[in-house]
Amino acid sequence: MFDFLKGYDLLAAFWVTVQLTFYSAVGSLIWGTVLAAMRVSPVPLMRGFGTAYVNVVRNIPLTVVIVFTSLGLFQTLGVTLGAADFTTINFRLAVLGLTAYTSSFVCEALRSGINTVPVGQTEAARAIGLNFPQVLRLIVLPQAFRSVVGPLASVLIALTKNTTVAAAIGVAEAAALMRVMIENEAQLILISAIFAFGFICLTLPTGLFLGWVSKKVSVRR
Amino acid sequence: MSGVAVTKEIPAPATGDLVVLSNVNKHFGELHVLQNIDLRIARGEVVVVIGPSGGGKSTLCRAINRLETIDSGEIVIDGKPLPAEGRELAALRADVGMVFQSFNLFAHKTVLHNVTLGQVKVRKKEKKAADDRARRLLDRVGVASQAEKYPAQLSGGQQQRVAIARALAMDPKIMLFDEPTSALDPEMINEVLEVMRQLALDGMTMVVVTHEMGFARSAANRVVFMADGRIVEETTPAQFFSDPSSERAKDFLSKILHH
Ligand SMILES: Nc1ncnc2c1ncn2[C@@H]1O[C@H](COP(=O)(O)OP(=O)(O)OP(=O)(O)O)[C@@H](O)[C@H]1O
Ligand SMILES: [Mg+2]
Repeated sequence: MFDFLKGYDLLAAFWVTVQLTFYSAVGSLIWGTVLAAMRVSPVPLMRGFGTAYVNVVRNIPLTVVIVFTSLGLFQTLGVTLGAADFTTINFRLAVLGLTAYTSSFVCEALRSGINTVPVGQTEAARAIGLNFPQVLRLIVLPQAFRSVVGPLASVLIALTKNTTVAAAIGVAEAAALMRVMIENEAQLILISAIFAFGFICLTLPTGLFLGWVSKKVSVRR
Repeated sequence: MSGVAVTKEIPAPATGDLVVLSNVNKHFGELHVLQNIDLRIARGEVVVVIGPSGGGKSTLCRAINRLETIDSGEIVIDGKPLPAEGRELAALRADVGMVFQSFNLFAHKTVLHNVTLGQVKVRKKEKKAADDRARRLLDRVGVASQAEKYPAQLSGGQQQRVAIARALAMDPKIMLFDEPTSALDPEMINEVLEVMRQLALDGMTMVVVTHEMGFARSAANRVVFMADGRIVEETTPAQFFSDPSSERAKDFLSKILHH
């Protein structure tokens, strides 16, 4: 029944998916946090930038973002992100696009977390002489992160599935392989099921694990 | 002085006033919450601020360490005008300890960590030195055994004593208390007041917003009565509680005495 799988490297394709997810997750966590910090900062220019960024980027379809990295950044502006071969260039562009897009959701999740931190926490922190970056880094963000592990897990799961869009610019991740296989084999339903199962194998444990983490780290008041 | 139980003599101010507010004004929209406030606090002095709700007591306290900005006037602390922002302001805040009604202990940090954080991050002390100092302070306020717990695991009275230790760890020049016992169950009020009384005896300069008359009588050098954004009356605790001069204060006292 599964003979037709011979000749296709499913593991390699899913490995690319995992890598895309991993690098984009790390990137969007960092950039999303910076954006959230901007959105609550006392500097109007930063606040304005953060707000504009989030509102523009999260309202653009991901496909458009990803295609733009390839057509706009690479082919028009010649941005190669330090890579020489197409595979690496496309992979990095995809990570860049996914990061740019996902970070707007991370930012918003985090900002709702920041809003759950009582204002007294910030006042007490300022009252002992911590400056704004310290208040954010030591008091507000740690509590905000703890309260949004759940929502961040949803963002991560969405990101995992969103990596399939990278196929649009020729990244050989799982969905790209699926398309090839569906074209070549007369096993539409089975192939779809295999890939669906593959994604569930990636996302379900993530969700369960982060759900557990969420309970574990929640701040008692 | 009169014959009431004043356990502490008014000390001669060491070198002038520690805090001077001159003609301070503050609005919240239309509301004029601080109206031409003039107040001088001498080194080592304990001032109790008392008055009806909404009178501006909290705002006054918060203005002294600039958690609240003022519209006009000047606040000078230890000879220096209150800086507007940035590094200098943070440095000033470190010198002004603040204790809140709702404790505001850092919820995600242990009791010990609450008390070491400012020492390490603001005072740049070694972790070991900060730990030692924190444990000594926790011992002094009677919660040494709770050092490894999280704030939510402590009673309100214990949390407030930790909050006092956290402020003291910065070696502040002055301590501000904004209704430190009003969120506490009655049986916990005294343990906190006792710590504060001891602090007063040790010569700490303190501004205390409170309605605890016992504390005012036994620890304060002066009572400042505030209503509707103004300082209506300033006098000794004995004088204030037995024979207030303003109608506003008489009215207020009759209410809190008969509640
Ligand atoms: N952030 C704010 N925005 C708008 N109005 C405020 C704000 N903080 C306080 N006020 C108003 O300013 C006035 C003075 O408030 P403040 O908290 O200083 O009074 P208080 O004397 O401490 O009263 P209480 O005994 O109830 O604590 C009140 O009328 C209050 O509603
Ligand atoms: Mg108040």
